[in-house]
Amino acid sequence: MDLAFTKEEQAFREEVRSFFRDNVPPDTRRKLVEGRHLTKDEMVTWWRILNKKGWGVSHWPTQYGGTGWTSVQHYIFNEELQSYPAPQPLAFGVSMVGPVIYTFGNEEQKKKYLPRIANVDDWWCQGFSEPGSGSDLASLKTKAERRGDKWIINGQKTWTTLAQHADMIFCLCRTDNNAKKQMGISFIVFSMKSKGVTVRPIQTIDGGHEVNEVFFDDVEVPIENLIGEENKGWDYAKFLLGNERTGIARVGVSKERLRRIRDLAGKVESAGKPIIQDAAFREKLAACEIELKALELTQLRVVADEGKHGKGKPNPASSVLKIKGSEIQQTTTELLMEVIGPFAAPYDVHGDDGSNEAMDWTAQIAPSYFNNRKVSIYGGSNEIQRNIIAKAVLGL
Amino acid sequence: MDFDLSEEQRLLKESIDGLLTDSYDFEQRKKYMKEKGGWSRAVWLKLAEQGLLGLPFSEADGGFGGGGVETMIVMEALGKALVLEPYLATVVIGGGFLRHAGTDAQKAAHIPGIIDGSKTLAFAQLEKNSRYDLFDVATTAKKKGDGWVIDGEKFVVLNGENADTLVVTARTKGDRRDKTGIGVFLVPANARGVTKKSYPTQDGLHAADITLTGVEVGADAAIGNPEDSLALIERVVDEARVALCAEAVGLMDESLKTTVEYIKTRKQFGVAIGSFQSLQHRASDMFVATEQARSMSMFATMANDFENAKERSNAIAAAKVQIGKSLKFVGQQSIQLHGGIGMTMEAKIGHYFKRLTMIENTFGDTDYHQRRVADAGGLV
Repeated sequence: MDLAFTKEEQAFREEVRSFFRDNVPPDTRRKLVEGRHLTKDEMVTWWRILNKKGWGVSHWPTQYGGTGWTSVQHYIFNEELQSYPAPQPLAFGVSMVGPVIYTFGNEEQKKKYLPRIANVDDWWCQGFSEPGSGSDLASLKTKAERRGDKWIINGQKTWTTLAQHADMIFCLCRTDNNAKKQMGISFIVFSMKSKGVTVRPIQTIDGGHEVNEVFFDDVEVPIENLIGEENKGWDYAKFLLGNERTGIARVGVSKERLRRIRDLAGKVESAGKPIIQDAAFREKLAACEIELKALELTQLRVVADEGKHGKGKPNPASSVLKIKGSEIQQTTTELLMEVIGPFAAPYDVHGDDGSNEAMDWTAQIAPSYFNNRKVSIYGGSNEIQRNIIAKAVLGL
Repeated sequence: MDFDLSEEQRLLKESIDGLLTDSYDFEQRKKYMKEKGGWSRAVWLKLAEQGLLGLPFSEADGGFGGGGVETMIVMEALGKALVLEPYLATVVIGGGFLRHAGTDAQKAAHIPGIIDGSKTLAFAQLEKNSRYDLFDVATTAKKKGDGWVIDGEKFVVLNGENADTLVVTARTKGDRRDKTGIGVFLVPANARGVTKKSYPTQDGLHAADITLTGVEVGADAAIGNPEDSLALIERVVDEARVALCAEAVGLMDESLKTTVEYIKTRKQFGVAIGSFQSLQHRASDMFVATEQARSMSMFATMANDFENAKERSNAIAAAKVQIGKSLKFVGQQSIQLHGGIGMTMEAKIGHYFKRLTMIENTFGDTDYHQRRVADAGGLV
């Protein structure tokens, strides 16, 4: 047992950190620090910088453009990326559909899609959830019928993140109504520009537009857009969801936010002195930092285990990551609310042009608090996570 | 970065787990409690035979040169089996003072007896009003000739009833809450002027309140600098805190396992109560709390070797906070999920709960350590 990073790992961290310092556009970083939404251009610009460096799809196999890093290096890269902060790679392409295509797709599909995912030539979105299929995803109803050399797709998806930017969607569709519900699902990809695709925005409680409803009305999709085998889509979906076990904790994101809270709490006054001098506040902040340290160590245990024993058998501790990770993210947004106090209320009248430095940092704090309620709901709600621990770990 | 045990560490774990499986089930523990002093000399000698009492001492001192990870392995195992014997008081704390600051003569006088199991130690530190502040010392040690005369009262001295030697903190200079002027003294338990009031503790261990009245010891009784040993005391108590964190992880592991087994077998309404979602979620949260505690126990073990004393103390304080929160949740919910049977002395779960509860209030509780971390500027 040796719990320290090696010299090589520390040097790698320095290399990554200095690359971010030199290459992340300052305005992009500022917006992330202030909890603002980025434009499509800002995100794509950064991802292409990352891809040019060869780090766009770092965890892919090297023959498809991956880096061949160790699991600890991946951990360090993600932590530095999140805590700088810089935009994380577009998960829908890089972490979700990419690995499904290089694992289950045919050669033609690999050649066609993978390089475009890496360079974000196509923006991908995820067609999984439906109005009636949330935690019970396998009950989905969107239908793909085979007609000649085409699939005809009808149905509706929801919570489709950033579908307003998307060029492509990967979609779970029912292709066999008679099979057991998990057995009749196929994994089909198609263009969001296809005739019959309609995207309708959902405004969330923070006032933002991240998610959408997507409607399919007799959408025609070439038959070769099926990934893997027909009716095996559920297996691919499970593979996809199980792929990102450690990123979900978002330790780097919470680290960055805690640094920000400490910084702001040294400036904002309460009872005539900076709020950081208030013992009750300071202890709450320390409590959150301690929880995060425990989570970071738990994450490292999972990472080290994967590095050593492969991803086959997940470390039981990995189920902790989603639950604690989301709880801590939510706590950090609560602490920010506490720092800002009565100035949580004003709506963002200044916009995000950076012209009013005195007020800009306050504008997104309440929206960010509202928005972060999502993290214990998405990716399998924390209640589902507890079901998983009870069954898979405790054998209940 | 490697969280796996080395081959030697794995063997150590197997060896102590094996020993305790054979000689420390819950029924055997009840018998040991009734022995003189409240623990088993026979088990203690078995620990000695397997080299466990000599684990952290250097090979030059007759030990095995084990580090923090080795102590963590042992303490987890002791926790899992709810062991009564005074490993913490004798090997971790008493041995810690000798290892870090003992003279060759002091080491030669005490370490061989610790290693072969013939001698035990106790740490006489807590005072009526000191609570968790290690520098709050009213007991005095006054110079007399070459030696010292010690006067004061110490409370809840674990293993104080049985120890052969007491490690006593006493003030050689200054006022009660000064951070300098504190010394550490080796005092024979049978020295003239030492009186003890012994009692069992809530968790089945044994302790004593000890009064020292004009106790005379020689110049060679002082470990370290008799006028400035707070840093030494903090160092050794930090090691004790780390050991308690590991013990608590062992206790939580066993509490969770016992509770899960219970709800799998206990039937109500015709089904195992573990099939109810509210109980499943509670058990899942106990698992999360235990894993977070395990992570921080590892972190504390690593922090033991930090060169910077402030960083070390801050990290270990943070670990004690996490362990304190986790053990309270796991302990309380273990009783809740057992229902009525959990309230009885007969069931083993309540005894785990009681030991966990006492660990929270040993060497600083959760609030105390959280304040320390907060005042030190946090843990980012």
